[in-house]
Amino acid sequence: MSARTRALAGFAAGAVLLFALAPTVLTDFRLSLLAKYLCFAIVAIGVGLAWGRGGLLTLGQGVFFGLGGYAMAMHLKLADAGPGQMPDFMQLYGQLDELPAWWRPFENPVFALAATMLLPMLVAFGLGSLVFRRRVRGAYFAILSQALAAAMVILLIGQQGTTGGTNGLTDIKGFFGYALDDPVNQRTVYFIIAGVLLALLWLARQLMQSRYGELLVAVRDGEERVRFLGYNPANVKLVAYVVAAGMAGLAGALFVPAVGIISPALIGIVPSIELVIGVAVGGRATLLGPVLGAVAVAWAKTALSERFPGTWTYAQGLMFVLVVAFLPGGLASLWGLVRRRAATPAPTTEPAPLAPEPRKVAA
Amino acid sequence: MSGGLRIRDLRVVFDGFVAVDGVDLDVAPGDLRFLIGPNGAGKTTLVDAVTGLVRASGSARFGETELLGRDVHRIVRLGVGRTFQTAAVFEELTVLQNLDIAAGAGRGPWTMLRRRRGIPDDVAKALETIGLADRRDDLAGTLAHGQKQWLEIGMLLVQDAKLLLLDEPVAGMSHEEREATGALLEAVSGERTVVVIEHDMDFLRRFARTVTVLHAGKVLSEGTVAQVQADPRVQEVYLGHAAKEA
Repeated sequence: MSARTRALAGFAAGAVLLFALAPTVLTDFRLSLLAKYLCFAIVAIGVGLAWGRGGLLTLGQGVFFGLGGYAMAMHLKLADAGPGQMPDFMQLYGQLDELPAWWRPFENPVFALAATMLLPMLVAFGLGSLVFRRRVRGAYFAILSQALAAAMVILLIGQQGTTGGTNGLTDIKGFFGYALDDPVNQRTVYFIIAGVLLALLWLARQLMQSRYGELLVAVRDGEERVRFLGYNPANVKLVAYVVAAGMAGLAGALFVPAVGIISPALIGIVPSIELVIGVAVGGRATLLGPVLGAVAVAWAKTALSERFPGTWTYAQGLMFVLVVAFLPGGLASLWGLVRRRAATPAPTTEPAPLAPEPRKVAA
Repeated sequence: MSGGLRIRDLRVVFDGFVAVDGVDLDVAPGDLRFLIGPNGAGKTTLVDAVTGLVRASGSARFGETELLGRDVHRIVRLGVGRTFQTAAVFEELTVLQNLDIAAGAGRGPWTMLRRRRGIPDDVAKALETIGLADRRDDLAGTLAHGQKQWLEIGMLLVQDAKLLLLDEPVAGMSHEEREATGALLEAVSGERTVVVIEHDMDFLRRFARTVTVLHAGKVLSEGTVAQVQADPRVQEVYLGHAAKEA
């Protein structure tokens, strides 16, 4: 079976799982939880690309998630309020006489939808251009991206009158004319999210297998060497960063109808790091690892906090330490180990090379 | 074929320490030049300056083009390639992927975003030249040390470097590997200009066409192997150096 056939089979299996099995097996409540997890999984695809393949430890994907989420929520709030009306929370706080100018374009659904992806990508492009050209990398990049998440939260909370402050944008009722409290419409939202996830997985697979994908790995492992091959590594990293930001933005936009809220607590440092933990646990350099890791960690969080509230944080920390210390390739690397055990190699003349895990796409 | 390398009054200063002190150097097109000198003579720093890795004053022209002051990747695109003392290949990519990346700095976005189909001709040729055709799909990290060095030279060939600057390409190689590398360099020069930094005197005597001796950041002597060996100043530096080390 060729790699392409295997991949197609994998996608078909994923489609059956998401579109046929999950909706029949899960209750409406669990299905809406899954929709939420799948949003995190979409962010995780981008993190896998930027961090796993490109070596960019982005601890601030919440920023892009938030930009997409707020862009979507602003439109939905305006649509809920009706033409010419201010969203409920603005009327409640009573600080404003009319809609702020920067809210106005979001009345247009096309603008709002485009903004959910383009706004994060634009911010990532601006920031990435500055940072990568100045050769900020490694831990410094991670800290910088994290600081950005903190700054965004502070900004949102500070502008309570126009952003809803700590509460965020809540109580979203409609989604392009459909009532979100109707279970049938919730189910449709889930299907949209699942479809987007599969489409973005396919896109990520194409990127990883393209020449660009190979170059990205080369930049991760030897940035200076790539420079001496005539490439500008800053541009290579910029592409991965911008794509990851776009994915996070789209995930944020889909999160809003799935959960009905976007708030600073959902996009700050802690959720941003939780995402990265999911990606690390799953296996950051693979295609499916980040997705499965993100879903598993989010699911474990819900399950554990339902039964043992308060222990989740410790469990999560422990999990991260264990994976980083003993399984740097994440759970996905176990699969490779098992496969190599199964296919016992014939004895070679050379001693077996201590090759690192081949970073093959596991789809 | 493009021109040679012409360096005038090159100076590199690190925090007051003069690493390269007014070097003039001409390498004719197609030459196979060896650059030797005791440790700290400024050989690697000279190459660093020419390839844009460190800041330098003076002039370094490749053909008609001034190299100093340009970005590293722009200098590479002008046709100046180099290797490092420690082989720097991408260990988690295959030999083929390494070469394909090296060959592709001029590719447009559309080609980049698609998968590689087949093997580009120049890559296939380089695989034969460096003798790694049968290791094509192995990860570069699994190659022996000498093979990694060859892969690096192959990467310079496919990136179509017209001026190759090699920093100790045979360090750590066996005798047979050295012979093979020397033959490879002889084959490569002529069409291209090759500058080799080397400590190994046997290797130098066997393959150098011309030699430049650096000492304390300055050119001490220059000429054929015989001329340089006969130069009393070179003997003094090397014997004195050897006596100190002994």
